[in-house]
Amino acid sequence: MSDPKKQGASIVFQAVGKAFVKPGGGVVSAVDEASLTVEAGAITGIIGRSGAGKSTMLRMVNGLERPTAGKILVGGQDVGAARGAALRAIRRDVGMIFQHFNLLASRTVAGNIALPLEVAGVPSAKIKARVADLIHRVGLDAQSDRYPAELSGGQKQRVGIARALATEPKVLLSDEATSALDPETTQTVLQLLKDINRDLGLTILLITHEMAVVRDIASHVAVIEGGKIVEAGKTYDVFAAPQHPTTRSFLSGVTGVTLPAFIKGRMHDARLPGPCEEVVHVTFAGKHATDPMLALLTRDLGIAVNILAGAIEEIGTEPFGNLLISFDADKGDQARAYLEQHGLLTEVLGYVG
Amino acid sequence: MSANLIGLLIDATWQTLYMVAASTVLGTVLGLPLGVFLATSQRGELLSRPWVNKVLGLVVNATRSVPFIILVVAIIPFTRMIAGTSIGTTAAIVPLTLAAIPFIARLIENAIREVDSGLIEAARAMGATPMQIIRKVLIPEALPSITLGLTLAVVSLIGYSAMVGAVGGEGLGDLGIRYGYQRFMPDVMAVVVVILVVLVQLVQSIGEWIAAKVDKRAPKGRGQ
Repeated sequence: MSDPKKQGASIVFQAVGKAFVKPGGGVVSAVDEASLTVEAGAITGIIGRSGAGKSTMLRMVNGLERPTAGKILVGGQDVGAARGAALRAIRRDVGMIFQHFNLLASRTVAGNIALPLEVAGVPSAKIKARVADLIHRVGLDAQSDRYPAELSGGQKQRVGIARALATEPKVLLSDEATSALDPETTQTVLQLLKDINRDLGLTILLITHEMAVVRDIASHVAVIEGGKIVEAGKTYDVFAAPQHPTTRSFLSGVTGVTLPAFIKGRMHDARLPGPCEEVVHVTFAGKHATDPMLALLTRDLGIAVNILAGAIEEIGTEPFGNLLISFDADKGDQARAYLEQHGLLTEVLGYVG
Repeated sequence: MSANLIGLLIDATWQTLYMVAASTVLGTVLGLPLGVFLATSQRGELLSRPWVNKVLGLVVNATRSVPFIILVVAIIPFTRMIAGTSIGTTAAIVPLTLAAIPFIARLIENAIREVDSGLIEAARAMGATPMQIIRKVLIPEALPSITLGLTLAVVSLIGYSAMVGAVGGEGLGDLGIRYGYQRFMPDVMAVVVVILVVLVQLVQSIGEWIAAKVDKRAPKGRGQ
């Protein structure tokens, strides 16, 4: 793209609340005292289950919903307080893409991408050049005159992304943008978002219910549950040492470390009388992720280890491993101390007789 | 059938076309904004004016509940005010238009309401004004349905136009009643009916053809 690099804007949620009035009376709180700082130029994911309030959080950033408490600052501007023309000006600085694309069926690919420029009152000669640029960026040169009904899901989302970028926004909001796509297409769309973030330096805030999306592109993550931010930080740190049970349950889906059913069924929270096995979750982070720690444990302390489940993958560029193991509960303290000493994180999940 | 009668039939056909075309155009010019407003002014919608919406809704329903033949007679003073006379083909355009406005408004309202709310949200997120959303999103997206709705309106107006003979509006319906019924000329009646059938058929086909032309929702040639 011909434009000079544009700096993204930060997004700050300050004790934000959003309450809806129910049709039959009464109030539902969708977001409650949520505070979060989204760094300028970073890709941040908000993850939560449906109904957790993540969509409301996102829609407050461009004023599609108005907060009922607290403040939202986009590049220092208070979105909740903006009205009319001032709000529309902020919205031109914030692009948005949607799960169901929301493309106009009556307009071609080029026409859809031109829409935000027409809305902004850009002269038509400029629109033409800009649209051609954007179409090229998202790799749809051959589809320029096609209608959305003739495109695949991935192509539709590329149009959505080009449209969101048309007014050169400082922030891009992604509302479950890959949830309607198959895994392969998801990867190409995520890669496109990554490239855009790198090339244009704009801030990307995305919401998702899939930890895999966060792992693949987000440098920062916030976990939302019942309208509250329960955990937030760098993706790597949250993956390596999740604090909240919700975060852990999201992680177990993506890290491939769910307990086998036959163990889960027999597991107890408290130590059993007599000989028993301790089930432990071990996290390998950074440079330790590839060390043969379990072999060393057996060699140095003579403790036999059962491997129940495990996976090693990459977050960003750093390796990251998860293992579920069990060993003799009598030697548990000793074994865990040894692993901790070598920079691994351990967590006792329970005991099996 | 005498040359005289054939002349009458041709004149009557033109009169019908004139009344229907004029009332369709006027009814659309006035019914389109009304329909768009009805579709976008409930509480929480783009133009959110819940009370005006309710009042206009009541007026539209009231107008639509009056049988057309009664409307024609009831508004004779109004017709005289607008058209300068209450008798004749041009005068008949007034009640026809008055009946067309609420009918077309409801058809347009329904067509606009069918547009996916996600598109309105996307346009709002772009920073579009309510008027831009209406002009650039809602009306173009609803165009296939609007076209079919207007086709239905034209067909209905062809039917209504047969009743304006009651106030001296001429046209095919009037000819059928005066010659076919009152002067016992069943052949005139038959020809009038045939012309009306052909007209309606033609209007319907043209309407559907245009609607298909402007409808980009289904890919062509892939049989959806």
